[in-house]
Amino acid sequence: MKVLVAIKRVVDFAVKIRVKADHSGVETDHVKMSINPFDEIAIEEAIRLKEKGIAGEIVVVSIGPQATQETIRHALALGADRGIHVEIEEPPEPLTVAKILKAITNREQPQLLMLGKQAIDDDCNQVAQMVSALLDWPQATFVSCLTIENGRCQAAREVDGGLETLIMALPAVVSADLRLNTPRYPTLPNIMKSKQKPLEQLSASSLGIHAVPHTKILQVTEPVSRRSGVKVSSWEEFIPILKKVMSCAF
Amino acid sequence: MRVLIIAEHDNKTVKLATLSAITAGLVLAPSVSVLIAGDKTDPVCTFVTKVTGVSSVLKAESPHLAHQLAEPMTQLLEPIASQFTHILAPATTFGKNLLPRLAAKLDVMQISDVTKIISADTFERPIYAGNALETLQSLDPVKVLTVRPTAFAPASLSQNSALVEPIPVPSLSSPAQYQGLEATISARPELTSARVIVSGGRGLQSKENWPLIEELADCLNAAIGASRAAVDAGFVPNDYQVGQTGKVVAPELYIAIGISGAIQHLAGMKDSTIIIAINKDPDAPIFQVANYGIVGDLFEIIPQLTKALKDNRR
Repeated sequence: MKVLVAIKRVVDFAVKIRVKADHSGVETDHVKMSINPFDEIAIEEAIRLKEKGIAGEIVVVSIGPQATQETIRHALALGADRGIHVEIEEPPEPLTVAKILKAITNREQPQLLMLGKQAIDDDCNQVAQMVSALLDWPQATFVSCLTIENGRCQAAREVDGGLETLIMALPAVVSADLRLNTPRYPTLPNIMKSKQKPLEQLSASSLGIHAVPHTKILQVTEPVSRRSGVKVSSWEEFIPILKKVMSCAF
Repeated sequence: MRVLIIAEHDNKTVKLATLSAITAGLVLAPSVSVLIAGDKTDPVCTFVTKVTGVSSVLKAESPHLAHQLAEPMTQLLEPIASQFTHILAPATTFGKNLLPRLAAKLDVMQISDVTKIISADTFERPIYAGNALETLQSLDPVKVLTVRPTAFAPASLSQNSALVEPIPVPSLSSPAQYQGLEATISARPELTSARVIVSGGRGLQSKENWPLIEELADCLNAAIGASRAAVDAGFVPNDYQVGQTGKVVAPELYIAIGISGAIQHLAGMKDSTIIIAINKDPDAPIFQVANYGIVGDLFEIIPQLTKALKDNRR
């Protein structure tokens, strides 16, 4: 079974971001970039499926500027077999990403398409759902436990009320939530080996995708920040505050 | 302006987040339609007809819709979507699962987690875990939005009596089979609608210490929340998590206990009216957003605070 994993290069989760002075976006130049943490979980799951003998080849695809190849190399160092880089200069909207991933999926014919549930930069949480719609494949989003047996996949989803379980026939789309697994670190020998793994470069237009904007970002601003309050010296000072909020309870 | 709200419900009661989505819809138009898709949804329909601002309740019934999975819901919505200028659902796991699928079928962009409706086509939403706000204009004929429930007060009930219109249900299929829900059962208030939340983190150290949080919460009739660290450590189930990728809450009072305050956690609770933080690290970032903080050992402070509250009640 071939697994395709889609990943995104984002501002590292530990970076304190800065809004550009002209309010056109968030500063991404000279900022540490990393693989989107949820996508790293998706790759880890694909690698575990391979280690269990369930998955065969793992292909990783990423869409973005030239530097995106560093992120693909990271995925190859973790254990993916082959990379595809779809070059695009401007950050694409989720719908465009989904269209590109559909084209790659049709080309690669995987049985399972895995993605992180959301990217931590735009926080959209859309691509997995969109690409499964375009492919007409079933979707399991926010997955924290995945088992694959006899061409079927059982997925436990983290929903607001608890854990929901779905069974889907493959091919299917799965988006990874935090507790699906804990990703490994790449070892030095694997980092060396990853440099030899195949990495194909494509352009969106060669796939027949021409991004038509559906939205326009008018401005990006900083939120009003909370002012830090006071430190009290004794817990007893909390009592009147609690009493005030809870006045109906006392 | 024709606005459709997709109701989240369990065939018996409507989820409170739906009422927030109705309020958001009423910013766009003087009245809204609400779709109730499910199986044997009469109690839900009856309730929603009384919600202020609802002009019609569109009722779609099918066993395939019983669990409102994204695939049959999309099959239901796709043919009727063009009748509306705006389609809204709450930005809960339900809405986030469904609306991008629908938007892709309609070849429109979906706009996630809207916190402010500026005009009929312009919306504000948080990005980067709420560390920036994006103002986005939609160029699509149908605007498909998930709206953040904490940003819109729930719509109220009134003497309203909207019409219930059964709508035709096309032939549906569910390529994904629903196996069941392992529901988190709690007698405490629901996390996203509670007035008070007591939230615990890594500082609790072990699951055995978690009753400290529960006892304090019960004194305050509070819901219980948790940081990612507490969920990952297995102190509580996943749906207790507050943060960028968990639940977003905005109670009147949020008590953060043993939570350092990573930006991912702050993203989920910084709109709370009053924040109290208890942490042994004076430099913990949680103190930067807390109205009142105390640096100290939670294992000494919490039992005393709980006891004082109990004594106070007698």
